Amino acid sequence: MTGMEKHLLLRDLDVPNIRELDVYMANDGYAAWKKAVTSMKGEEVLAAVKDSGLRGRGGAGFPAGLKWSFIPKDVFPKYVVVNGDESEPGTFKDHQLVRNNPHQVIEGTALCAYAIGSNLAYIYLRGEFSEPGKELEKALADAYANGLLGSNLMGTGYSLDIRVHYGAGAYICGEESALLESLEGRIGQPRLKPPFPATNGLYNKPTVINNVETLANVPWIILNGAAWYRQFGTEKSSGVKLFSVSGHVKNPGNYELPLGKHSIQELLDMAGGSSSGRPIKAVLPAGSSSPIIPAANFGAKLDYESMAGIGSVLGSCSFIFMDDSVDMVWAARKMIRFFKHESCGKCTPCREGTYWALKIYDKILSGEGTLADVDMIAEVNKQIIGKCFCPVGEFATSSMTFTLKHFKQDYIDFIEKKKGGTPEYRAELARDTHGHHAQAAH
Amino acid sequence: MLRKNRAADIEKVLAKYPTKRSAVMPLLNLAQEEYGFCSPEAIREVAAICDLDPTEVKSVVGFYTMFYEEKVGTNVIDVCDDLPCALRGADGFVAHCERKLGIKAGETTPDGKITFHSVMCVAACNRAPVAQVNGAYHYDLTPESFDQMVDELQK
Amino acid sequence: MADLINLTIDGFPVGVPKGTLIVDAAKRIGNDIPVFCYHPKLKPVGMCRMCLVEIGTPKVDPATKQIVKDDKGNVVIAWQPKLNTGCTTPVSEGMAVRTKTQVVTDAREDMLEFLLTSHPLDCPVCDKGGECPLQNLTLAHGPGVSRFDYADKQHNDKHVPLGELIFLDRERCIQCSRCVRFQDEIADDHVLQFHDRGRGMEIVTFSDPGFDSYFGGNTTDICPVGALTTADFRFKARPWELKSTQSVCGHSAVGCNTSLNTRLNTSTGTAEIKRVMPRQNEQVNEIWLCDKGRFVHHYTRAAERITRPLIRKDGKLQEATWESALQLISDKLNTVPGLRVAGVIGDRVANEDAWLIKRFLTEVVKSPYVAASPALPSAYADIARANGLGIDADFKQLGKGDVIVIVNGDLEEQAPVWFLRLRQAVVDRGAKLIVAHHRSTKMHRYAQVIARYQPGLAAQWVASKPAELQGLKDARNVVIVFGDDTLGPPNARALADGLAAVLHEAGQFGKSNSGLLPLYPHGNTQGVCDVIGAGAHAPTADVAWLVGVGDAADAPKAGFTIVSELLMTDLAKSADVVLPALSAAERDGTLTSGDRRVQRFYRALPPLGEARPDWWAAQEIAKRMGAAWAYSDAAAVFADLAAHVGSYAGLTYAGLAKVEAQWPPVGRDDLYYGGTVYDNSGGVGARTSQGNGPSDSPAPAEPTMEALTRPQPALYRSGELIRLSDVIGRRLV
Repeated sequence: MTGMEKHLLLRDLDVPNIRELDVYMANDGYAAWKKAVTSMKGEEVLAAVKDSGLRGRGGAGFPAGLKWSFIPKDVFPKYVVVNGDESEPGTFKDHQLVRNNPHQVIEGTALCAYAIGSNLAYIYLRGEFSEPGKELEKALADAYANGLLGSNLMGTGYSLDIRVHYGAGAYICGEESALLESLEGRIGQPRLKPPFPATNGLYNKPTVINNVETLANVPWIILNGAAWYRQFGTEKSSGVKLFSVSGHVKNPGNYELPLGKHSIQELLDMAGGSSSGRPIKAVLPAGSSSPIIPAANFGAKLDYESMAGIGSVLGSCSFIFMDDSVDMVWAARKMIRFFKHESCGKCTPCREGTYWALKIYDKILSGEGTLADVDMIAEVNKQIIGKCFCPVGEFATSSMTFTLKHFKQDYIDFIEKKKGGTPEYRAELARDTHGHHAQAAH
Repeated sequence: MLRKNRAADIEKVLAKYPTKRSAVMPLLNLAQEEYGFCSPEAIREVAAICDLDPTEVKSVVGFYTMFYEEKVGTNVIDVCDDLPCALRGADGFVAHCERKLGIKAGETTPDGKITFHSVMCVAACNRAPVAQVNGAYHYDLTPESFDQMVDELQK
Repeated sequence: MADLINLTIDGFPVGVPKGTLIVDAAKRIGNDIPVFCYHPKLKPVGMCRMCLVEIGTPKVDPATKQIVKDDKGNVVIAWQPKLNTGCTTPVSEGMAVRTKTQVVTDAREDMLEFLLTSHPLDCPVCDKGGECPLQNLTLAHGPGVSRFDYADKQHNDKHVPLGELIFLDRERCIQCSRCVRFQDEIADDHVLQFHDRGRGMEIVTFSDPGFDSYFGGNTTDICPVGALTTADFRFKARPWELKSTQSVCGHSAVGCNTSLNTRLNTSTGTAEIKRVMPRQNEQVNEIWLCDKGRFVHHYTRAAERITRPLIRKDGKLQEATWESALQLISDKLNTVPGLRVAGVIGDRVANEDAWLIKRFLTEVVKSPYVAASPALPSAYADIARANGLGIDADFKQLGKGDVIVIVNGDLEEQAPVWFLRLRQAVVDRGAKLIVAHHRSTKMHRYAQVIARYQPGLAAQWVASKPAELQGLKDARNVVIVFGDDTLGPPNARALADGLAAVLHEAGQFGKSNSGLLPLYPHGNTQGVCDVIGAGAHAPTADVAWLVGVGDAADAPKAGFTIVSELLMTDLAKSADVVLPALSAAERDGTLTSGDRRVQRFYRALPPLGEARPDWWAAQEIAKRMGAAWAYSDAAAVFADLAAHVGSYAGLTYAGLAKVEAQWPPVGRDDLYYGGTVYDNSGGVGARTSQGNGPSDSPAPAEPTMEALTRPQPALYRSGELIRLSDVIGRRLV
């Protein structure tokens, strides 16, 4: 189904119980780690990752090796922070890695630390991951017990500690500087940049922050070399990538594919096609924060460049497919509700804009909207775009910008055909007004 | 209380970080285990352990949704009704949960056994409707399986 | 200036020091980029997004790394694709900034419309109305109308007491975090934080007891809306009804510059102080005030004030005329030959009073007994002066390479605004801090070196040449702050002398920013001691004149006692004649701060009843005793003082009233505060010279029980005036 013989990341699908240390080790586990610590210099590990063309899998797609190379050599201590705050609606790939293939995450983290000369790494998991986190913590304990982590590793004098830190429910902590604030015991509001984490990160020290999935690729790169890794994917988008597929498909789940080889349509087909039998209307390729793609563009290949070519992004690769029963006004409202709830409140346009926009969507859903309200959504949206402190506020605008761009008729129909005010919508609105969401965090 | 009852855990948490402040969130989790919520007393204790002003700890409690400022039930059920889950019927499912429990999302059953939240994405969209019950995932829920689960909890 | 960076803002060239932010660079050429979260005294955060501007830098050819020029030889600017915040972006060479383009003006409208969606627009009943940056910037940059549906407005609590002193209106708050950052960065009391997030984000305190800080009032000044108000001033007056008079706070040795805001009270028929605001003086208090200085003012119109002279008749004090009181005193002093007369001058009275009373006693009465009260600081004020900071010392310059030593003093309790400033020199600018004390103080938090000794043995500790005080030779400057906690006069003098020796031995004496900094108990200790000089205390006397001494324990026992006071102290109640004195708000005069800055204060209120300046009483008695004195006003007295007291030579009222441009500009039409109170039009004052030092080298003595058991200094300790203020009276310790 994946188009590949064996999974590089979702190895739990090929090797039962690979979450166990002995199973992992019997399947090349920690071979890269041992190779690096006993026979490679940190710079060599870094060079291999650079040569592999591995790009960050958290969403921004920044070249991982380049990011690591920004770490100053002469400043100590330095840190590795693994971003496992996976919170983008539609994204559940890191969940599977942490739960079912935790040693590979640990090994990748360790290699990153070794490459930059760090002796302490934190894996930041979202608070909701206490259950999968237990698997990771057990794996860490086993790695320590077997001399894979700790002090004076393999007699080389190199020491490394990896610790798990849990968030407590905040989407914004997926933004790297907010994550650092959170790890330092503060509210998760993003930091001013510059300075960047590479020089002033955790505890104001040089810090590499990478996504869980990004680092899970690294053991293969070190074990088999950059050239081997480059056989997967394309020139600019090398390697394999996890695609979280959800929504109206028969077989939702994580799919591991080489970048650039398959199209959106093929991904949809792999997932069994529409679950309802109705035609698929559109997909959000990177959760709520991404520009929606109408089915007409499903021919686009799954790589960073091709997705940009159709006015969208590859991002975190969380493909939410929606069939033609979905009203984009309702879908957009769901997304705005999310961002209003998750806005950290730091900057004016995100804080006020999402609040205002949701008010208008609510009005439309309750059946009291007019066409002027649709225009007003566009106006408020325009007021937010390009003015926010961090990307989250900008993400919030995607749902408005692109549902209006591709599905304006849904909005017009919603008003003109008086689709609002149904008992279902009223119940949904009432729940959001009186329930947990309305009170934001309390 | 916390310092007395969880002394070893507190030491373990503090040892994980170069600063005491970083221990705030894990300590609040301990406090929440101990008291059931981040009570004013818990906040002051955590502040004292971390050498912080209680206001700074209160701020952290207020920012993150998983720290409760009010007492919650013995069990907390979180059901996601975000977009991907809603595409798989989460809205109707949450409505069912409310009916079954006889409370609105955000409320606690009169017997104090269950607090019910509708929450944002919990990263299990492929297996919606999905709930976290005291942190543990329950996938592919149906009204029937939910009712059964609730009956167990309320026994 | 090698570090000058050149840029253009809307085409105008401007050169500013490296590190300057765009908003400040623009301000230099009179271009006020609107801001809400930015405040020049706080670190930039870029939250409110009000200062979005277009920013470009010279285009560089990636191949040649050369700056690209067009056909006409002009540098091509590469404009950033998005607007960026001027408050967080430092200038760079060749930068171009556009602040008046359509995208920029649109962005300003956008942000204001957003901010106002959550704002109640209750300006007509808001204390900030009239001096409100939100109001002013909305008028200047806001949209004409809001498209937000008012029914959707979020309603929040409007009268939330954050503590005893400060109230929060959660609807008015625009989440700029200035108050939070002031408490975190400047006061280091983390008692205000955000709670919740998104639109639910609001200011809270969860501290015990609430928003408890010595500096809380400042948050109401820097709040750009009417969200934070003081319990003292809220709903009391509108800013435009207030008359502003330049003054100086006399309640600690810092000498903070203030503006007294006064208005007629129609029920009493007299003007009264409605609020005390900081007046900008970057040399002294920048724009800060401690809460004592801000809220203590109620004594000026307290019912307890003495408004008429009192004379004891038939064993009881009875109201009398000035004429009869003055005559009685002059008769008493004239008629009995060989009389032993003692004068005691409190260290809160103005220089002019101290000077003329001293002249009166020494020249007209010819008594050698003139002393300052309390006696303790007068034991070392001459050493402190002679070894004090240079005449042009500037706390702002203290930083990396400098050493601040604090011995036996509690900076925050005794000189709160110095605490703020010296703390910043350490925490923000890297000065080294050495703290020595027998107990912990807040400054201990920032110390690199901490030394301890037994209570009462500070002088002995210094005399022992401790390791902690070695190595000061290498410092760029050394400031030694010291206090007299648990010390009697001999040991306080020995401590000052020992510290002066440390300064000299380290080769630090004579530098502008090096010297001793004494933590005096009151606002004019240095001035009164300077004026009196080497005084002499008489434990008993035939006649004693006690001027503003409060209830000093060491007041002379006398057959006939004259008391000049604001309030009926116990000493006043047992006096034979009581003369009503004026508060600083009701008269002109000068005070000398602990770092020897002589500063003028101006009459803001009419005198209460028949109260008169003490110098006037001295002159009237002197005239009745045959002296040909005719000082017309405080200025004339000061001129006389300056002519006779060496370290004041050359100082004049006109000179002290000289103003200097203050940077950053705060107040008037400024963005950071829309009112006039910050404006310094009353003068920045001037330091006295150090003069000659004493030549004795006192040795430390055994500590005394009296000194060891004296209550330790605290901001809200001496309560005669504080207790008359509702808001801080209950905070007395």
